[in-house]
Amino acid sequence: MDRTHPDKPIALAILAMGGQGGGVLSDWIVALAESQNWAAQSTSVPGVAQRTGATIYYVEMMPPQGDRMPVLSLMPTPGDVDVVMAAEYMEAGRSMMRGLVTPERTTLIASSHRSLAVSEKEQAGDGIADSGVVVEATPVAAKRSVVFDMQTMAEKNGSVISAVMFGALAGAKVLPFDREAFEGAIRAGGKGVTQSLKAFGAGFERTVTPVVETVEKTSGKEFLEPPQSLKDPRLDKLLQQIRQNYPAALTPLLYTAITRLVDYQDPAYAQDYLDRIAAIHRLDTSLSGERHDFALTREAAKYVAVAMAYDDVIRVADLKTRSSRFARVDAEVGKKQDQLLYMTEFMHPRMEEVAGTMPAGLGRWLENHPAVFNRLDKLVNRGRRVQTRTVFWFFSLYMVAGMRRFRRGLLRHERELSHLNGWLKLVTETAPKDYPLAVEILKCRRLVKGYSDTAARGNSRFERVLSNVPQLIGKPDSAGWLRRLTTAALADEDGTKLTGAQKTLETAFEAEQPRVA
Amino acid sequence: MAERSFASEVEDLRLGEGEVFRGEGILAITKALLQSGVAYVGGYQGSPISHLMDVLADAKDVLDELGVHFESSASEAAAAAMLSASVMYPLRGAVTWKSTAGTNVASDALTNLSSSGVNGGALIIVGEDFGEGSSIPQERTHAFAMKSQMWMLDPRPNLPSMVDAVETGFELSEASNTPVILQVRIRACHVHGQFTTKANRPPRYTMQEALQNPQRDLNRIVLPPASYLQDKQKLNERWPAAVKFIKERRLNEWFGPEEGEVGIILQGGMYNSLIRALQYLGLADVYGDSKIPLYVMNVTYPLIDDEVAKFCAGKRAVLMVEEGHPEYLEQAVNTILRRRDINARLEGKGMLPLGGDYTADVLTKGVETFLEAHAKPLLGNRSPMPTAAGVLSNPKVKALADVVPQRPAGFCTGCPERPIFAAMKLVEQELGPHQISSDIGCHLFSILPPFNLGGTTMGYGLGPASASAFNVASKKKAVSFLGDGGFWHNGLSSSVGNAVFNKQDQVIVVVDNYYSSATGGQDILSSRAENERRSTNNSIVTAVKGIGAKWVRQIDRTYDVGKMRDTLKEALTSNEPGPKIIVASSECMLNKQRRVKPLFDKAVKNGERAIKQRFGVDEDVCTGDHACMRLSGCPSLSVKHTNDPLKDDPVAAIDQTCVGCGNCGEVAEAAVLCPSFYRADVINNPTRWDRSVARVREAVIGFLQRRREARRPVFI
Repeated sequence: MDRTHPDKPIALAILAMGGQGGGVLSDWIVALAESQNWAAQSTSVPGVAQRTGATIYYVEMMPPQGDRMPVLSLMPTPGDVDVVMAAEYMEAGRSMMRGLVTPERTTLIASSHRSLAVSEKEQAGDGIADSGVVVEATPVAAKRSVVFDMQTMAEKNGSVISAVMFGALAGAKVLPFDREAFEGAIRAGGKGVTQSLKAFGAGFERTVTPVVETVEKTSGKEFLEPPQSLKDPRLDKLLQQIRQNYPAALTPLLYTAITRLVDYQDPAYAQDYLDRIAAIHRLDTSLSGERHDFALTREAAKYVAVAMAYDDVIRVADLKTRSSRFARVDAEVGKKQDQLLYMTEFMHPRMEEVAGTMPAGLGRWLENHPAVFNRLDKLVNRGRRVQTRTVFWFFSLYMVAGMRRFRRGLLRHERELSHLNGWLKLVTETAPKDYPLAVEILKCRRLVKGYSDTAARGNSRFERVLSNVPQLIGKPDSAGWLRRLTTAALADEDGTKLTGAQKTLETAFEAEQPRVA
Repeated sequence: MAERSFASEVEDLRLGEGEVFRGEGILAITKALLQSGVAYVGGYQGSPISHLMDVLADAKDVLDELGVHFESSASEAAAAAMLSASVMYPLRGAVTWKSTAGTNVASDALTNLSSSGVNGGALIIVGEDFGEGSSIPQERTHAFAMKSQMWMLDPRPNLPSMVDAVETGFELSEASNTPVILQVRIRACHVHGQFTTKANRPPRYTMQEALQNPQRDLNRIVLPPASYLQDKQKLNERWPAAVKFIKERRLNEWFGPEEGEVGIILQGGMYNSLIRALQYLGLADVYGDSKIPLYVMNVTYPLIDDEVAKFCAGKRAVLMVEEGHPEYLEQAVNTILRRRDINARLEGKGMLPLGGDYTADVLTKGVETFLEAHAKPLLGNRSPMPTAAGVLSNPKVKALADVVPQRPAGFCTGCPERPIFAAMKLVEQELGPHQISSDIGCHLFSILPPFNLGGTTMGYGLGPASASAFNVASKKKAVSFLGDGGFWHNGLSSSVGNAVFNKQDQVIVVVDNYYSSATGGQDILSSRAENERRSTNNSIVTAVKGIGAKWVRQIDRTYDVGKMRDTLKEALTSNEPGPKIIVASSECMLNKQRRVKPLFDKAVKNGERAIKQRFGVDEDVCTGDHACMRLSGCPSLSVKHTNDPLKDDPVAAIDQTCVGCGNCGEVAEAAVLCPSFYRADVINNPTRWDRSVARVREAVIGFLQRRREARRPVFI
């Protein structure tokens, strides 16, 4: 039998989310091909008008043979795609998962920025997908890849990501057209030409002369490196204790913690903190903590600081009124010289918070008199729109922040302190029996966060998780169990997963009992 | 269409004889209508045919010049009924909708239309919303063609073929006095290609002529005994006439060699994918030159028995490539072969998947199986076919399945429907979960995370109707949602009227966003925009009160989450009999931005004082509990890792795309979440007074800040 004609089209798939300009990009590519007298066809399935879900645009192009027009496909075939362009990093992952990227053929052009899916955002813990998996898969799947943060580049050039991607496509030289032809397609499009060309150029240059840029899941945590000494003698005293009493590996963390607590309250408060840590460190040493890299001290250093710097009304007012915050907001919003910027805060104080900010005795009295408490709550409990950059509201917040000096006598502080003491008692009692479990108890503090009802829910989960500690002490993998409970507690809002995990725990040990006996 | 201009597409409609049209399939079809002398066009918007409606809605001048009447029908039923103009008069008419959703709604009229038969050509352009990207159940319009005896065209998915199908479709309709369905799949609607245009043609017979010379014929009215007569005509006159026309005009096509041991019969719409499959198997080239005989059914109903028989006769086996299920064509071809005792073996769904997209990949496998069974030598020594199997089995690629998140469509940034469902979620936190019936439209995204609200969806405008059975005494009431689009489409009578008449004790929330948003932002009766060609600004509240609803609340700003929550609570706890109706109104943000943004930019450019709002999060105040995420899901509200070593979990962050809708602040306030959110009001071109006030404020505030900061111990 005769052989069939060997011509093949160039196949190009674009994975984008609604609103990212995937349609514009495929239009440019088609216009480009047509301007070079090629036959080109694009298709897509933009089913809905909304600007979110993942969409694939597909383009095929080739030069016609005389007047014979090619028959082009309307859908990409796995293993038969020359160029895949992904407008977001997990979409690049999706393109590989779908088999569109194959090592024999495919050039992958992808933006490394992330636009998180709802499932990544709604978890109480850290639900952000690990970009590292995409990093690992890329060299396996792609013949060649061009990956950088095209979104940021687009923003810097006052344009949208599609223009940068088009530039990267030109720079990757996978289509047999020169740069002028690409630019011609943008000009012919007629909308926002100047900015698009600028972003196109940036994308082109970045692709032609690559810069090493690694994609990482987490931003690095910034520990403060402690100086040799501090000018303020109160602070220097704290610093010297850290330097003298703790392993060098722990000094940045401890130093970070004392700066936070001095900022939160005062040097005496930081001293109080160091006293607590010193006690734990002594215990740690007595338990040969060096074998565990002093994990007990390390986690205590972190979570006791977090617990002592609890989020109260005073702290919020303090943070909201700082000049550094004003500057940060101006920068984030991109305020220009000739503009004015005002902030409105959305605060919803309840009587609980007000009582917490009262002297402990008075606050408790109020709580014990529900009639009075509820009547006051009616006055207090409503949303307040606080305009922080006006004199009246600023002064109000300023006064609240100024209550810092009375903090140690307030009801909330009393509560936090007793909570802290109870928790540390559990840690110090557990540590001699089950060191890893004690470390994990410290880490459970992660569950306590949020304000009002959210905080209450977090606290109750913290208590629920810790309620399992007595039965875990000394059990195999006890720390692992507690960690899994903590993860489950962070996974959903209504606590179903935690209940499930606790059931699993019970049955696990039930099953074990006969063996133990 | 209100906020988006289709001016450049409208220009394409003006192309004259011999010019080249470049653009989308559905726009090519629109142009083809004008080239065919269509007298009237109607339809109901929906993917993938919205653009036909949108462009014609913007093309008043072109249509007026030609004397073509265009209407945005209230529903597909209204559109189908519009075709009755072609029953008595030689008027060419076309209607369009998304199918099968729209065809279901239109069926009543289509049944009567096809019984009456038509004098002028009647064309029904259906966007077959099937396969990947479809938003409806996977059914086939084919069934409607068979049951009502309407003809069905399924042209090859390139622009010239689709344009031809429009023109010959009208002729076929006229030659056989039968309405014709032109089926185009999603990708064919959105395919970019080109064709050589003809000049537009004014209708030969005009709507005015018809109105001036009314005609009636009792035999065309669907009432016994005429209806029995019509049934006979269908079988004895119209069908044979159609078969004759299709044969004579060679609407179906043959490719490849005349003779062969085996052959393939396919729907026109499958052509491109099949050619690609054959190419992979080394049996065709990219120009469509096939080594296997192909019989392409551009008309998939009725079948032309002679053509089928002739194609199959003398072949050992034939493969039927038919997308969708059930396999009507395969059954019909089998019947033809049996009746004529032709022994070619017919393969079809036995070798191809029963459902789903027939992609090139799927077809390659199917054709290969077919040839292996019936003509193995044709496969030759099989050059390697494209495959991703190798890379997909690599553990590093497999690992992606655990991290790549699902990304379904959801509410846009700033969507006014988000706060409605945030409020509903807050109500459920207080009053417990409820039976919630959903409807069709953007608001159906409430069923997805983070809201997870809604149990069923039964059809457009049928949300409240689908809660009817729950009208019994209970501590909890049923809740139903429907959009303004669904409300006017069908909801006013089938849902609200039904609930009023039956004194249903349920809560109905009408989500009013001023447009038919999910289909692209078209105007509807209650749209707030002034539209000179349509009557807008008709109140939903007045409408429901007009049909007897008593408990009706209007919420003019859905972003007021507190009010929304309280109103829902009031409705759920009310003792008043009959439905409790809440009309929750705020403008679709996508369309609002289209409308407002250019005006705003212009004002700023002209030096006018203009305030732009957006939201932000103080990351040192945010504790990373993400409670706000679970009441939002806004694309501009996300989380990010912080470099604060004392924080484990990522904190909330709002990006540049925030439009300052207010939901974040309102939710934080209503749900008593946290004080991390702030709204930034940026004043562009501040007045002299603004500046003076700002200077005073800065001086006072700056003084206080410096005072306190001077006392803070410094780590240096």
